[in-house]
Amino acid sequence: MRNLKKYCLNFAVALILPAGAFGQQAADQAAAKPNPHMESHIGNLTGHSEAGAQLYYRYCWGCHGARGNGDGDNAPYVTPQPRNFMQATFKCRSTPTGTLPLDSDLYNTLIRGFNFTNMPSWAALTAQQRADLVAFIKTFSARWVSEKPGTPIEVPTEPKLTVESIKHGGELFQKLECWKCHGQEGRGDGPSASTLTDSNDQPIRPYNFTTDNRSKCGRTNQDLYRIFMTGLDGTPMPSFADVVKPEDAWDLVHYLRTLQYNNKSPELALWESTPDGKAVIAAKKVENTNTGSGVKP
Amino acid sequence: MALWCVREVRNDLGRFGPVVLFGFSLLILLLTISDPANALPAFARKYGMPCSSCHEAWPKLSPFGQQFKDNGYQMGNDRDAPIFQSPAYWPVTFRITPYWSRESTNKAQVDTSAGAGAGEAQITTHGFSWSGLDFHTAGTLAKNVSFYVLPSSDETGAFHFESVWARLDNIGGSSWANVKMGKFELDNLLSEKRILTLSGVGGTYYNYHFQPFSQPGVAENYAFGIGDNQVGLEWLGHSKNDRTRVSASLLTSSDGSPDVPGGSTYDAFLAASHAFEVGSLGLQRVGAFAYFGQAPTYFRNNLTTSTVVGTDINNNPVTSTTTAGLAGTGAGNKNFQRYGLIGMWYIKKYNLTTIYFHGSDSAWLGSNTPATSGAVLPAGAQSPKWNGGLFESNYDWSPQLILVNRYEMVRMSQQAFSSNPGNLGNLDTLTFGFRYYPFISSRAGFAYHAEYGIIWQKGASPVTFSNLTTSSLLFGLDFDF
Repeated sequence: MRNLKKYCLNFAVALILPAGAFGQQAADQAAAKPNPHMESHIGNLTGHSEAGAQLYYRYCWGCHGARGNGDGDNAPYVTPQPRNFMQATFKCRSTPTGTLPLDSDLYNTLIRGFNFTNMPSWAALTAQQRADLVAFIKTFSARWVSEKPGTPIEVPTEPKLTVESIKHGGELFQKLECWKCHGQEGRGDGPSASTLTDSNDQPIRPYNFTTDNRSKCGRTNQDLYRIFMTGLDGTPMPSFADVVKPEDAWDLVHYLRTLQYNNKSPELALWESTPDGKAVIAAKKVENTNTGSGVKP
Repeated sequence: MALWCVREVRNDLGRFGPVVLFGFSLLILLLTISDPANALPAFARKYGMPCSSCHEAWPKLSPFGQQFKDNGYQMGNDRDAPIFQSPAYWPVTFRITPYWSRESTNKAQVDTSAGAGAGEAQITTHGFSWSGLDFHTAGTLAKNVSFYVLPSSDETGAFHFESVWARLDNIGGSSWANVKMGKFELDNLLSEKRILTLSGVGGTYYNYHFQPFSQPGVAENYAFGIGDNQVGLEWLGHSKNDRTRVSASLLTSSDGSPDVPGGSTYDAFLAASHAFEVGSLGLQRVGAFAYFGQAPTYFRNNLTTSTVVGTDINNNPVTSTTTAGLAGTGAGNKNFQRYGLIGMWYIKKYNLTTIYFHGSDSAWLGSNTPATSGAVLPAGAQSPKWNGGLFESNYDWSPQLILVNRYEMVRMSQQAFSSNPGNLGNLDTLTFGFRYYPFISSRAGFAYHAEYGIIWQKGASPVTFSNLTTSSLLFGLDFDF
């Protein structure tokens, strides 16, 4: 009942406010309206928004809100803020920056969840339920009516891991100024880190490579490669597709793995086997502090 | 925007419709003036997710909630350890249910001219009352260290500990290694602690507690229920997505009582299940469980205690003496077993849980015969055996409304004495009702509860040992916060 009142109040406000108050995005969307009947297609699965609506109401609306704009009851207590599905801007995609993700991208996000946020893994749901939820999420924005998802970027075969590849990745880390946000040691504490905001002007923290081997969009080398090339839309992390060659991107992947010194990856093992790498890793471990809380700093 | 408003109005009206059909008009009036509370209950406060995320209809867990529980009350999104919570955060929730009920039994024991308690009469009562109070506190002490403490009272306020345990989760990073110690609910897939029915008749799973009559009007001396929380050590392993679950428990043979009230013996409980997806129907789960227990048939030592119960007219103390078996000296232990197969079948919004039970007790336990050295069983004594079935169906009309129906049956296949009537103790019980949650929030839980339950049991009346029929009708306001 309370939500019913809230919807109607919002409806009234929407009627009263001048159209200009919504900015250019609202004006663009006026040409197309969200379609309340959407489908998703993931492999052999077909998701239906009608079935997804009940699931959304059961699992998602507390954070993402009844209208999908991220204003759920719990939103004020969540950092980072829940995704605003009305904007149809998604971090984890296989498609180029600025384009809509594939249904499978959203589906995989539901399986994976986002570590370091309130978004858990929904692997316990059935595949059909996840597909239905993806279909329902697409009912929130007219972009899903007026645009098609982008063409997935190609992820070439990973080249052989070498010390030279790691060293070259380190040079790129400097050259591309990744350190400005992520810090020289990948702790997410670069000089720009405290000033970063997302597309909703909410503060956002760069990824700290030393905490885990999971990034928001997956844990494999292919996932890391994809992040460089697609960027994380809605965040300060840009796409490097136009400035980084595929072989360079792989070198960067190899280097970044060595920053995750708590994760025994082949890249870290190779780097530690070199005198230079061994000294660097040892220094990083000394600099690390243990809070004793079971939570890595 | 207009599209959205129309859609949501239609959805909301759709949720109200079934309730109106149920004619629960008084409670609907309350619905219109109720508003979500603003304080913060345990897990919802921690994660900010609505109750419906983890509960198909609280307290019944959804598959997502079961995974959360199996993972040591952790979402796995690196926000699980208390270090991420406000220092003021304390994971406490209480639950209680004020209600109106009508209770009726066709043959209650009453005094007659023939003597005290010599007769039977139909007794029907009704009135307002309230349930016991549960104080749930649970969560994580650190990453991969979870706990649960549940002081629980009856309606008079007399407390006991329903659950007290700590658990090491994901040992070595493996979801297959979780070890719990303390008093806990057995790994029952259909949890009696999360039962959706509350009345005097419907608030229990009879197959979980069934014990045969030794003879007409005579119960077995030992008490056990697979639905009772037990004390011991549990290992539980599960696949990452919780589709496969296996557990084994080593338990003190005390049926959940503290210390060692019987003998220093141990029971074992094993459970395993696997879930699989069937297209758009949902998640189906099949499993099996077995309990191997033992109970003493006598005490090696007795102890007489005197208690002052008052004073006489001369102000001298009046004492009452009681002789009972000395705790821990139980002897002549004999075995009992419970086995079961369970299936949880989902057909979109409809789900059906089916359980087949089989139980048997040693003839010594069944005949209440102390198995002392050289003792022999009485003539006609034999191992009582029985089979049971449970069918519980739920219809999730929406996350706010669930319809509940349950039928249970127990059939004796062999009586404790060959002279007993063959159907002594057989029972059938039927319960149906609904729970309506007027709001779903991440702060509190509230449900309008309506339920009717009836049970028929052969030879169970207290004096004439004829058939006993008992029924409950209950309307309640079930809430936690």
